Amino acid sequence: MISFFERRYVITGIFLTIIIILLARLFYIQVIDPRYAIYASNNVRREIIHNPARGPILDRNGKILVQNVPFYDIMVTPKLVKPFDTVEFCNLLGINRAEFDKQWQKAMKYSPTRSSPFEKQISVATFASLQERLSEFPGFYSTPRYLRTYPDSVAAQFLGYIGEAQDRDIKRSAGYYHSGDYIGITGVEKSYETVLRGQRGVENLMVDSRGKPKGRYANGMFDTAAVAGQRLTSSLDIDIQKLGEKLMKNKLGSIVAIEPSTGEILCYVSSPTYDPNLMVGRERGNNAARIYKDPFDPFFIRPIQAKYPPGSSFKPLSALIALQEGIIDPGTTYYCPGYYKAGNRKIPCNNGEAHGLVNLSSAVALSCNGYFSMVFQKIMDRNGAKKTDATFANWRNNVGKFGLGSKLGLDMPGESRGNIPTPLHYDNVYKKGGWRSSTIISLAIGQGELLATPLQLANLECTIANEGYYYKPHLIKAIGEQNIIKKEYTLRNYVGIDSQYFQPVINGMQAVVDKGTAIRSKIPGIVMCGKTGTAQNPHGESHSVFVAFAPRDHPRIAIAVVVENSGEGAHWAAPIASFIVEKYLKGSISQRESGITVDYYANATRLPDSATYLHSNSFNRRKALKADSIKKRMQDSVNNKLKGVKSASSKSKKDSSTRLLAAQQMHKEDE
Amino acid sequence: MNNQRSFFFNVDWVTVFIYLALCTVGWFNIHSAVFDERHPGILDFKTDYSKQLLYILISLVIGVVILLLESRFITALAPAFYGITLLLLLLVLVVGRSVGGNAAWISLGGGFKLQPSEFAKFTTCLLLARYLSATNVRITEWRSFLTAGAIIGVPMFLILLQPDMGSTLVFYSLIFVLYREGLSPYFLVISGLFIILFLTSILFTPIYVVAVISLIALLIIVLFRKNRRLIITIITGLAICIAFVFSVKFIYNHVLQPHQKVRIDIVLGIKSDPRGQGYNVNQSKIAIGSGKFWGKGYLHGTQTKYSFVPAQSTDFIFCTVGEEWGFAGSVLVLGLYLFLVLRIIFLAERQRSPFSRIYGYGVASIIFFHVMINIATTIGLAPVIGIPLPMISYGGSSLLNFTMLIFVLVKLDSNRMGIV
Repeated sequence: MISFFERRYVITGIFLTIIIILLARLFYIQVIDPRYAIYASNNVRREIIHNPARGPILDRNGKILVQNVPFYDIMVTPKLVKPFDTVEFCNLLGINRAEFDKQWQKAMKYSPTRSSPFEKQISVATFASLQERLSEFPGFYSTPRYLRTYPDSVAAQFLGYIGEAQDRDIKRSAGYYHSGDYIGITGVEKSYETVLRGQRGVENLMVDSRGKPKGRYANGMFDTAAVAGQRLTSSLDIDIQKLGEKLMKNKLGSIVAIEPSTGEILCYVSSPTYDPNLMVGRERGNNAARIYKDPFDPFFIRPIQAKYPPGSSFKPLSALIALQEGIIDPGTTYYCPGYYKAGNRKIPCNNGEAHGLVNLSSAVALSCNGYFSMVFQKIMDRNGAKKTDATFANWRNNVGKFGLGSKLGLDMPGESRGNIPTPLHYDNVYKKGGWRSSTIISLAIGQGELLATPLQLANLECTIANEGYYYKPHLIKAIGEQNIIKKEYTLRNYVGIDSQYFQPVINGMQAVVDKGTAIRSKIPGIVMCGKTGTAQNPHGESHSVFVAFAPRDHPRIAIAVVVENSGEGAHWAAPIASFIVEKYLKGSISQRESGITVDYYANATRLPDSATYLHSNSFNRRKALKADSIKKRMQDSVNNKLKGVKSASSKSKKDSSTRLLAAQQMHKEDE
Repeated sequence: MNNQRSFFFNVDWVTVFIYLALCTVGWFNIHSAVFDERHPGILDFKTDYSKQLLYILISLVIGVVILLLESRFITALAPAFYGITLLLLLLVLVVGRSVGGNAAWISLGGGFKLQPSEFAKFTTCLLLARYLSATNVRITEWRSFLTAGAIIGVPMFLILLQPDMGSTLVFYSLIFVLYREGLSPYFLVISGLFIILFLTSILFTPIYVVAVISLIALLIIVLFRKNRRLIITIITGLAICIAFVFSVKFIYNHVLQPHQKVRIDIVLGIKSDPRGQGYNVNQSKIAIGSGKFWGKGYLHGTQTKYSFVPAQSTDFIFCTVGEEWGFAGSVLVLGLYLFLVLRIIFLAERQRSPFSRIYGYGVASIIFFHVMINIATTIGLAPVIGIPLPMISYGGSSLLNFTMLIFVLVKLDSNRMGIV
């Protein structure tokens, strides 16, 4: 018996060892491993997001372009739901049983204990009847949200639209956006996203294992209040914007008007356009699909994405460079026989009728091709006819200072650069040394490889109006209640032409309106200086271009108007521009001597055949869209439109299926 | 008068004090686990903590009654108690109320239930002590060993039928008692070996396990090739081991119920299933782990209070300790248990009567086994077999069982100078 006494210590030893093992394990999970504390707070902590109202956008006179309307999302936490009368609930929400089941499964799939949207965007009117009954359905609750609304339905391409953040946006935002958040997708909504969105509020709640709220987490230590988005004051004038959109109805093209003394864009019309209200609300997906299908593509932002040969509107610039370089002086004359001969090329002028003896001003006024070809050739040959390379590079540089061939840095996404050809380009086409002034003579009259956006053309007019400089054009005048103005918009950009050289050119431009090609667009009591242009269009009728500024002394508005497929500038673009200018300067439109009326132009249709149009523009557009975030989607739509048109006449079977796919995809993204 | 004074003097107040301390710790933690800020009243008789207070009071009364009984009475009635328990265990198989998959409860009405398997631990302990203390019993003899085995095995078998794996395994802890009374240490070693074999044969393919143990056996044979008897023993042992490994795989695949298999799998890390079967253990680890060193403070736990941990006032009560009292609290509670068990061994060893000593070791083994398995479960070191934490877990039957176990020992100890 006694011999077993020492076994006491064996037993004690075993017990002690086990207790130590348990304590070691406890020490590990309680003190060393930090994961469990994180898991625990993930268990109980629920972030409730309070979405702030997005900043409104006003026009330059304080009129509302965009504001918010409240609506409600009905949220659900499946585990907190108790049995209820589904039929009644469906009736209250205005949905059917199938939709109910679909939403319920979606919510269950997301998480049984976390809340997710059950029915989105319930209007205030529907919500009013629902609100008092909602407490009868535990597990369901409402959360307010805001929708954009556009009282005047204008300036769609400027304002852009918002949509749910995509995975890419969420990833890029480093945790700011969550699935279901709204984000600016195009236009000013995109470029001023961080200003407009405000700051989201976060409330941290503690919940039990079924997701039921049990009080504030850490006494609200991590909570933040929602801060509403800041107001933006746009530079647009809603009255002339409305007039512009009315005038451009059933036409393709743009109107860009800028205040020369500030660079503020007054009018920004892209036609065809769409009602921005269509891109809001429950029907958004269907509406967007319909807009995508429009062959003339209302989502294409013509003022900054469409590129045209400037045509004659380029001539004043040509003259200015020649004056500055000392190639000509205001008194230089030229005899125009009705054509210009450059090498063995013959440039027609004035339909073959002789202009006779012209000087600089009259050459501008008469838009004499011969005069400007002569000037151009003089510039190019001044260092010898065989050394065009360096001379051309210098000329190109001078043109570039006016903002052509590069982005102006507008506060909007998707701007195109336009194009000024490089010496390299000609080397590639004609071999090195194989081209000279006569080869590239069409540049003299704004044709050839030159391409400019309507915004660049309007900016060019600002520079002439200011006699040598421009302010960076912009669409947002001031940010927030304090009306903060970005510093870059107060700086003058000089183009390298002395102010003394402008008067002869401006004289010529005044004559264009007073007694030249644009005489039908003369505004009573206002001295307008302008230049008509006819941009060649290899795919159809030329584009009608008109650029101008007014009044001559202390100019208040510079404008560029392009009406596609409409022939001469004087016929369409000039009258439209004159109405905008007059409306802006005088507030109303007076009787014209020429008898032209707003109604006539507003009611006229200048739409080309849609199939030809698509074919001719697809390449141009695809390039323009590259910079844009919606590139992918829109490209698809353009491609599909193209294919759709083609497939009617010919081949490919897969067209219709791709189209369907793209449409579905669009649909999904917009849901 | 004199008799009275010596009685109180002879009671081991240290044990009673630790017992009371653990009851108090238990009550506060049950209170915290079911605490609801909106109904902060303490004495609402529908809540677990107010019921537990009642159980504590009843237990104390019974404890005092035990102290006032004659020791002889306890020894004499041991077989009767054992018999009654067996009857109750049979009864529960017929009329038992199923709670959590086990038909372990007999309803007493008024919301109170009796769990006979709890009392079986006490009565088995008593009868085993009485049998082994008889003068003609030697545990080293096969006859005695088998009788002792039957005393333990019959209630085990009945409880296994419920089926309550946890309580069944508790009886296995009595092997320490047998060991102390002279059972060959090989039984302990072999038990340990079989546990290891059991786990490895579930974890690995049986062939590999067999290969490894064969290799070890071969090594021993080569080293001790002169000792023929050892070689024979080793070979026999190896054959048994191989048979065991394959039968374990068979039992695991064909006999164990799916939920038991899953629980073993989770502990062995074969399956990670935090949303399904592993949910309890995972949430339990989160609750304990999130307590850090000093804990979140009394009533400030979130995991247990907001019901992330199931069975939070019974089998997983240690989560509340770990979460609200932190590692410091874990050390305190485990320290109290260790102190209690060592004190009981100390009391057992100072008895003059073998009955008291054997009984004392039974008490120590049962309490220790409960603590070990319960806490190991909450931190993911043992499968969820569902046994309570002595004195701390909510539950009247369990508390009463431990009260009787401890107070009978205290009574025997207070009488140690007398003749039993």
